[in-house]
This record gives sequence, C-alpha cells and structure tokens, in this order.
Amino acid sequence: MAQPRADAPSKIILAESDLHRVVDRIAHQILEKTSGATGTVLLGIPTRGVPLAHRLAARIHAFEGVEVPVGSLDITLYRDDLRLKATRALGRTELPPGGIDGLRVILVDDVLFSGRSVRAALDALNDVGRPSSVQLAVLVDRGHRQLPIRADYVGKNIPTALSESVKVTLTETDGADEVKLLGGLS
Amino acid sequence: MIKHLRSAADLDAATATLILDTAAEMAALSGREVKKLPALRGRTVVNLFYEDSTRTRISFEAAAKRLSADVINFSAKGSSVSKGESLKDTALTLQAMGADAVVIRHWASGAPHRLANWVDGSVVNAGDGTHEHPTQALLDAYTMRSRLGRLDGLRVAIVGDVLHSRVARSNVLLLTTLGAQVTVVGPPTLIPLDVAAALSEKTQVSFDLDAVLPDSDVVMMLRVQTERMQDSYFPSAREYSRRYGLDVSRLAKMPEHAIVMHPGPMNRGMEIAPEVADSPRSTIVEQVANGVSVRMAVLYLLLGGK
Repeated sequence: MAQPRADAPSKIILAESDLHRVVDRIAHQILEKTSGATGTVLLGIPTRGVPLAHRLAARIHAFEGVEVPVGSLDITLYRDDLRLKATRALGRTELPPGGIDGLRVILVDDVLFSGRSVRAALDALNDVGRPSSVQLAVLVDRGHRQLPIRADYVGKNIPTALSESVKVTLTETDGADEVKLLGGLS
Repeated sequence: MIKHLRSAADLDAATATLILDTAAEMAALSGREVKKLPALRGRTVVNLFYEDSTRTRISFEAAAKRLSADVINFSAKGSSVSKGESLKDTALTLQAMGADAVVIRHWASGAPHRLANWVDGSVVNAGDGTHEHPTQALLDAYTMRSRLGRLDGLRVAIVGDVLHSRVARSNVLLLTTLGAQVTVVGPPTLIPLDVAAALSEKTQVSFDLDAVLPDSDVVMMLRVQTERMQDSYFPSAREYSRRYGLDVSRLAKMPEHAIVMHPGPMNRGMEIAPEVADSPRSTIVEQVANGVSVRMAVLYLLLGGK
C-alpha cells in the first residue's frame, strides 16, 4: 500500500493526556471483563505493543494491586507477507516465567488494521503454548479488516481512508506519546 | 541483504551483527516445545556435499527444517558424481528442480563462487577446500559474544594449521570486520605469511604460543589436517603437540575469563588435550548448538524476504 508522503497533512487524534486516559480506560475494562485480571497474561506485539502491555500492567497494578505477568510475542516469522518484502529483522519473544498454558492471554498491539498481524500472532501463540482463551486489546482501530477478527478492548475507533495512515508514537520507543492521522485529502 | 554467503568478506559489520542478533532470537526456539517456525514454508534447500561432514551437514539440515523449508540432501558418494558428472551439470539439475538455496561443501576452493553463476537461488558456502567456511566463523563469533559479551577489542588467538584451515581464514576476515584483534599462531611451515598479511593488516602473526596465551581472551585451536598435507610440515606429531598443543599447563597461563574453542573434529592429544577439551572453559559443545541458531539466521535472512 502507498504510504503518505512525509510532508502529507497530519492531524493529531490523541494527544499525550488523551492517550494516557485511553490506556487507563482499557486497564479498567480488562479488570471488569476478566473479574480482576486473575489468571491473565499480557503479551505485547513488537514494537509498540510491548510498551503498551507494560503500561496496562502498571495501571492494573495501580488500580487494584494485581500483578499481571507481561511478555512479548514476535510475529515476524509468522507473517503472510514475509516474501513480498525485504527481509525483516526479528523482534523479541519473551514469555513470562509462568508461561501461558491454561491462562487467559490478552494480545496487545498499537493499531488494528487488516487483522493480518493478529492472525500471525494467533499462529505464533499456537507454537508457544496453549492458553485457555485469547483476547485482543488495541490502542487504535482504524477499520478496513481483511480477516474475521475483532478487538475485545479498543482505545479509540478512528474511521480512516485507505490512503491515510495512523502513526502511533510512544515515549519508550519514539520519545513522545501521540497518535496522528497522516495523509488523505484534508 | 546479501544474496549469497560465499565468503566472510561478503559481510560488513552491520550485516554480520544483524545475523548474530537474529541468531540470538532463533536460539530462544530451542527451549520451546514446538521447535519449528513457518518462515521458509514451501522453500527448498539443497545440501550439496562433496566432502564428508558430520556437524555442518546436520546443522544446516536441522536449521532448514526448523524454519519449515524442504531439505534435499545430496552427497557425492552414491550420486552421479561418482559416474563423473561435473559440478556445472549437477548445478543445472538442482536449478531445474527449483532449489531456492544451495548449501555447498566442496574440496575445491572457489566452488561456491562458480556455483553462484549457474543457479538462480542463494548459495551458502559450507566449506570450500582450504579457502573459507563463513558460517563456522559466524557461529564462533556468536559463541564469543555470548560468552564474553562483546567482540570489539577482543583478543583472539587462532592456533595451529592455519595454512590448510578454511575456518581460520573466515574467522580472520569476520573477526577483524567486527573489531577483534586476531593473532594467528603456529609453526612457520603452517602459516601462510603472505595470506595472513593480505587478509588483514590488523592481523598479527606469532610462532610462540606460550607468549601469546597470557594476552588472549579467546584461544581457538585448529585441527591439524593431515588429509590435506602432501609434505611434512613438522617433524612429528609429538613435537607439534609439545610446541603448539593446548594442555593443562598452557590452559593455566591463559587469563581466568579466557575461553578455549575448537571447530571440530578434534584430534584429542594432538592439538588439544582431552582434559582441556572437556573443561568448563571449553565451548566446543556450545559451538555445535550455536551452529544451528546461526545457520537458521543465515537461511532466514537470505531466503525469508523478497
């Protein structure tokens, strides 16, 4: 897909404080929907899903004092477009010491778009263990799904055109917390 | 990313580091219950072995299979090669079968370079004559980095039959690219001075093992390759062992943290004493395990993308 040019018009969707509130809300929703987040593991999808998973765990701990194990799940080798692009460097897969067998795994990613990353993550998960159930938390859902996949926790729904792109930056990886919409005709 | 891995000189520092980092991620796989990744599904890797090999062939086979590639093993014995088929005709056969990568070991130096002109797929040199063995150098570098934490500035002594050693040549090239200080050590008859100088001006040469040991972080012993020797390069095996073999008293001269490496197969009692080979400071078994991770990284990076 064509990426918008660097000088394309951009619009801030979530500023720093909005982003923090959204993370807080997802943390509350996880607590609510999982009755206190027991038997739950958060697995972030690199790159930006990992710091998001850690933030969710920190917020859950702050709200109810529950320690939720956090890990990361690299999906590079499970992608369906591996051979369509230049070779990609691998991310890190790190499961919590207790593993994921028999637990509720919540996958965490920054943007939900075609759903193909999540499909790859489900395949990767299958090779590292057998969770009792799998849920999905995303900061932004921008629509245009190509697979029958939906998120259980959504920070913000952003209707987009295919020509636009959503750029999430986080302090841990990019130096600032922000969600931007790039490109389009605005 | 490069297309072929024919020589350690194909790798610049960034690419070599990418391979080592990727190998570190691949290594995590060995602790998993399902030791398989789908990255090379539907790709075909041919192991083309004109020379005997245990660990390299098995290692490449395991690496390709763990990435879900289809593996075809070809050894010269029991094939049309024994009927006189040339390397080129064999290459064209592989080409017609649609090999995405050919892993070649050959007794002739330069065979992988020739092969790369005849096939469309990637060519990986798994040892050519007395020339190069780049994946061995990568797994050695990986082992050093994981044991000692760094490569830059590391003092590495490569000891023994440098003349016949493709492992030594690839290691000199790769390690100097990655910033290590390499000293090659051995009897004058087994050190190609011109080659050592041509490989890298940063490489030092010494004929005195005892003088080099106290200043080495890594001591890599090479196998004395009697099968390639047409002349007598040293008076007797005993004399070689006395002057250039690594025994317990020499091990004691090395710094506390220093490690002992050997690419295998070993001549126990010749270049390395059994007590040294089996000591906790020896990384010989680790090197074999790391070989699979490093070869997975190489195959993934050569074949995984477009």
